[in-house]
Amino acid sequence: MKREAPIQVTLLMLALSIAMCGYGVLYNNEVKIVLKKATAICMQCIGLG
Amino acid sequence: MKSDTKNSVVRKLVQGGWGVLSNSYVQGWMPGPPAIYQGPLKRFCVPGMNCHSCPGALGSCPIGAMQAVFNGRRRKFAFYVVGYLATIGLLVGRFICGWLCLFGLIQELLYKIPTPKIKVPEKADRVLRYLKYVMLGVFVFALPFFYRTKLGMGEPFFCQFICPVGTLEGGIPLVLLDETMRGALGWHFRWKFALMLLCVFSSIFIYRPFCKYVCPLGAFYALFQKVSVMRMRFDQDKCVSCGLCAKTCKMGVNPVLDPNSAECIRCSECVHVCPKQALSFGVGPKKEVKPGETVPVRLNV
Ligand code: SF4
Ligand code: SF4
Ligand code: SF4
Repeated sequence: MKREAPIQVTLLMLALSIAMCGYGVLYNNEVKIVLKKATAICMQCIGLG
Repeated sequence: MKSDTKNSVVRKLVQGGWGVLSNSYVQGWMPGPPAIYQGPLKRFCVPGMNCHSCPGALGSCPIGAMQAVFNGRRRKFAFYVVGYLATIGLLVGRFICGWLCLFGLIQELLYKIPTPKIKVPEKADRVLRYLKYVMLGVFVFALPFFYRTKLGMGEPFFCQFICPVGTLEGGIPLVLLDETMRGALGWHFRWKFALMLLCVFSSIFIYRPFCKYVCPLGAFYALFQKVSVMRMRFDQDKCVSCGLCAKTCKMGVNPVLDPNSAECIRCSECVHVCPKQALSFGVGPKKEVKPGETVPVRLNV
């Protein structure tokens, strides 16, 4: 059977993902973009754009 | 048709309950001018495919949100959404697909319609499974990020040209609820409507075709399946090679050969059907026996 990835690799990747998420929220102004997009009816999504 | 296992019933209740909860903005479902939810919860993405243009949606769609960040006038990488989805993927892999995605449930219910079912030829199936990665790489990442119109605007290509979820959960209810919207229907709606119909009809004959072949969110979670904290374990010593697990799996996975396959939606059906409890879910990789270490041996006498 193939060797599985050790849990330490997973935890390291997890820390990176959480950091990435935090960076997007705190420094990249992404929450505002997401909120703006999701609170108006998206014409492309529904097929009227 | 075979009746549902206890696990399958519980799973449907969880999927359905989550689907209702995440689309419970009652005002949005009232006839009249469209009024989708505009409150603070839309800052957060739901973990499954659920269109934020659905009249009842309380959260954002992660695939739509990702494209919105990519296709802005100032090109940005979607750190927030990618990091959020990677965190979920690293914790549970495709568990969300099996348990918390409304569109997954819709396809499952359609498959319950009693008709003869289609088995996609193995070769075609193998090739088609890669399509979802193309959707993710090209239509969700590359095109929204790199393409700009003359006016410098980007487009959410997956939402715009492919996604049947937006048509089914957003387009159709809004068009039905609001008369003025009906006047605006054109080629774009017809194209998306045709794709949605294709998805709905094929779901009657093929188990979860959108999840298997098209969904970019499933493809994203699949990338983490082999390294996630939650992992499936197979105990060779307990297995009696009856093949029940592989026969039960409607996603076409053989958990004996590949317990953490990218195609597994962690629905647990195989785990419950195994008569010898040779399959289970656990945390991290299976403990390996080091040289010199003693392990208890089970004797079949
Ligand atoms: S159209 Fe599809 S991808 Fe776009 S926001 Fe709606 S559900 Fe998400
Ligand atoms: S593959 Fe996509 S549509 Fe299917 S269950 Fe997963 S997130 Fe939902
Ligand atoms: S391998 Fe098991 S848990 Fe995975 S999709 Fe198939 S039946 Fe569900």
